[in-house]
Amino acid sequence: MSIDKDIAWCPGCGNFGIINVVKQALAELQIQPQQLAMVSGIGQAAKAPHYLDCHLFNGLHGRALPPATAIKAANPELTVICESGDGDIYGEGGNHFIHTIRRNPNITNIVHDNMVYGLTKGQASPTSRVGFKTPIQVEGVFEEPFNSLSVAIALNASFVARAFIGDGEKTKEIIKKAIQHKGYALVDIFQPCVSFNKVNTYQWFKENTYYLEENYDPANRVEAFKRSIEEGKLPLGIFYINAGRQTFEEELCAHEQGGGPLFKREVDRVKLEKLINSKRG
Amino acid sequence: MILDNRLANKPGKLYNVPVTEDISIVLCGEAGQGIQTVENILTKLLKIAGFHVFATKEYMSRVRGGINSTSIRVSSEKVSAFVDRIDLLVALDPGRTKHLSKRITPDTYVLAVPYARLAQEVGNAIYANVVAIGAIAGLLKIDQLKINELLKQYFAAKDQATVDNNIKAAAKGYEFARQLKVSFELKSDPAVKDQLIMSGAEALALGAIAGGCNFIAAYPMTPSTSTFTFLAQQARAFGIVTEQAEDEIAAVNMALGAWYAGARALVTTSGGGFDLMQEGISLAGMLESPLVVNIAQRPGPATGLPTRTEQGDLNLALYSGHGEFPRIILSPGTIEEGFTLMAKAFNLADKYQLPVFILSDQYFVDSYYNFPSLDLSQVKVEKQFVKSAADYRRYSVTANGISPRGIPGYGEGLVAADSDEHDEEGHITEDLELRTRMQDKRRLKLAAAKSDAIPSELVGKNNYQSLVIGWGSNYHLIKEAISQLKREDVSFLHIKQLYPLPAEVEEYLKKAQKLIMIENNAGGQLCQLIKLTTGIEIADRILKYDGLPFSVEEIKRGLEKLL
Repeated sequence: MSIDKDIAWCPGCGNFGIINVVKQALAELQIQPQQLAMVSGIGQAAKAPHYLDCHLFNGLHGRALPPATAIKAANPELTVICESGDGDIYGEGGNHFIHTIRRNPNITNIVHDNMVYGLTKGQASPTSRVGFKTPIQVEGVFEEPFNSLSVAIALNASFVARAFIGDGEKTKEIIKKAIQHKGYALVDIFQPCVSFNKVNTYQWFKENTYYLEENYDPANRVEAFKRSIEEGKLPLGIFYINAGRQTFEEELCAHEQGGGPLFKREVDRVKLEKLINSKRG
Repeated sequence: MILDNRLANKPGKLYNVPVTEDISIVLCGEAGQGIQTVENILTKLLKIAGFHVFATKEYMSRVRGGINSTSIRVSSEKVSAFVDRIDLLVALDPGRTKHLSKRITPDTYVLAVPYARLAQEVGNAIYANVVAIGAIAGLLKIDQLKINELLKQYFAAKDQATVDNNIKAAAKGYEFARQLKVSFELKSDPAVKDQLIMSGAEALALGAIAGGCNFIAAYPMTPSTSTFTFLAQQARAFGIVTEQAEDEIAAVNMALGAWYAGARALVTTSGGGFDLMQEGISLAGMLESPLVVNIAQRPGPATGLPTRTEQGDLNLALYSGHGEFPRIILSPGTIEEGFTLMAKAFNLADKYQLPVFILSDQYFVDSYYNFPSLDLSQVKVEKQFVKSAADYRRYSVTANGISPRGIPGYGEGLVAADSDEHDEEGHITEDLELRTRMQDKRRLKLAAAKSDAIPSELVGKNNYQSLVIGWGSNYHLIKEAISQLKREDVSFLHIKQLYPLPAEVEEYLKKAQKLIMIENNAGGQLCQLIKLTTGIEIADRILKYDGLPFSVEEIKRGLEKLL
């Protein structure tokens, strides 16, 4: 982490842990800053790219996935990581979440999931648990929490995982696998918000999560779905890997013949002239 | 000129065809009866036969039923505008011409052919539209071999029986028309045969390719979809990343991501879709990202009239996006200009790092005519991004406000683009003095863009008394109406760049004794913009907002009243 940065997170925030493991994962995978594009939306989590050495596109609230998809499509040589919060990706950007999974770009989507809105000071997020009280949800949240994992598995996402930042080592390993995976990889990371969520604390996550068994088979979609909808203690780990899917970039005819990043290409003027002349007939 | 046997009973009665040999044909039928096919084939056929052609359509927002029509002008001289006059009416369903009643006069010749019956003789009523093509070709005495050849080409993907039946259907219509004792005399022009013919939508798409467009993200919306479709069909040939986004919000944000990574991206939409893009437009302002948006206008508010035309979204483009940031708005008047302005839009967007809007409309995108050529030598892709050094700063403050634009993966530098107010490196800041400097820097680009504005075109003499002003697709309509007035003292100013308004516009306006604005909207939006920019009030306005384009006659009548 660049130490001279004026970091906008509260002391003790789970974001610090996440950015540390992201940084370690990138270092271990030997991904150079020049080949890494980090994309985020708006929110406290979305500030993460500013605290890393990388190319960054810090766009609009909820709109991180469309530019991330486009950056990868425009230059498949870049490693693209979209990192933002649960409100950003699942709330404001819910529609893009769904359709990005369908598209399957080869990007990693790290979602900081603290079950609350931090930057706007403590309102419910799509993942807030039922009964969670806030200044807005005065009587407590009654909506069903958004289950991003089961949505992703239902859409046959190519990589679906959940981590808890209380366990940095395991989280790092999951992130590394997600980055190495070819295709859209969702890593939902449980993290406490020390300022606005006094319910889902480090302790709460520790007590309410467990790891999928050693012999768990992430290729089994039905089992993955079953585990993703478990109540009570919430499983952690890699739920589902669908290794066979073609990526968005691979599906694009613009990349069929290679050709590299779009910025290196020139218009085929001979072909264009021919196309124009076809309008003479 | 059309002469038919009815004239024998009306001595001295001639059809009201103006100076040039020019026949206005209207075909109408239900949606699903293949009026579009007639338009496609007939415009090609007429051109092959050496006639100048103009075609435009009006249609209802439905897939079956209702009533649609296409208007085709055939002439021995260049034609490029819509007229109300109908010289020849071809109604596939003769009982259903009510919506054309104002345009049908005693001078209209109704081509009474039993389309359905002749089609049935070939085997199916669906061939009625091709019977009509044959009948019109018969009236014009077009070589039947040319018809057959074109039909073979047009239906090449179908089975042999379909091709044969279409040829038979055309022959039925042809023979029927030849027996009508109607003479349809029109001089052909040998130069026409090798000319181009395309729609406004196609010209915009070709212009985009010429401008280096290699990425398009859009959501289908009439009347913008045809440009999107054309580019999708060329995706493989030209390496264009093409994606139908889940919504317009995704489309515009994808386009911004693509530009960030060094692509040249286009979004096409219409008013309602553009509404959804507003935040993305504002993001382009803050990121100082190039962006090209084709707004094919249709009448609003809300869903309005989905398949009709209007110039109602100039203000929308002008004020789109929250906050203050520069932009450029262009509007093509001719099909050729659709090509050149679209190509130019990519260079302007890249050079000034701002959104460029192309305002077209349904009438523009759905109209065709022939013209000699498109000058490819006039359009060059001028890529503006730089290879970054290790100490690269995306938003370095410069004298003209334009910071060299690096892209990720090209050079040693890191490229940070941030929707928050940011420092020169592109990192989030709340330094309020820096904020002012950054806002000033962004605003400077508008002055630079203004000095580089695309000049307006003056049609007519420079020493005019009265000046008619127009923009966009009204170009040919106004030009033809004025030429019919035969007034040496009236000129026409066609403004191609609406914002920032080129400096010479004010000079042109000041020279005139009388100013008349013609716009296809209710509020006179360009009048408002001119007032705002120059202080000049244009009180005389010819406005139309019923969803249809102006006709040449309408503009002529309007001008006669005001001049």
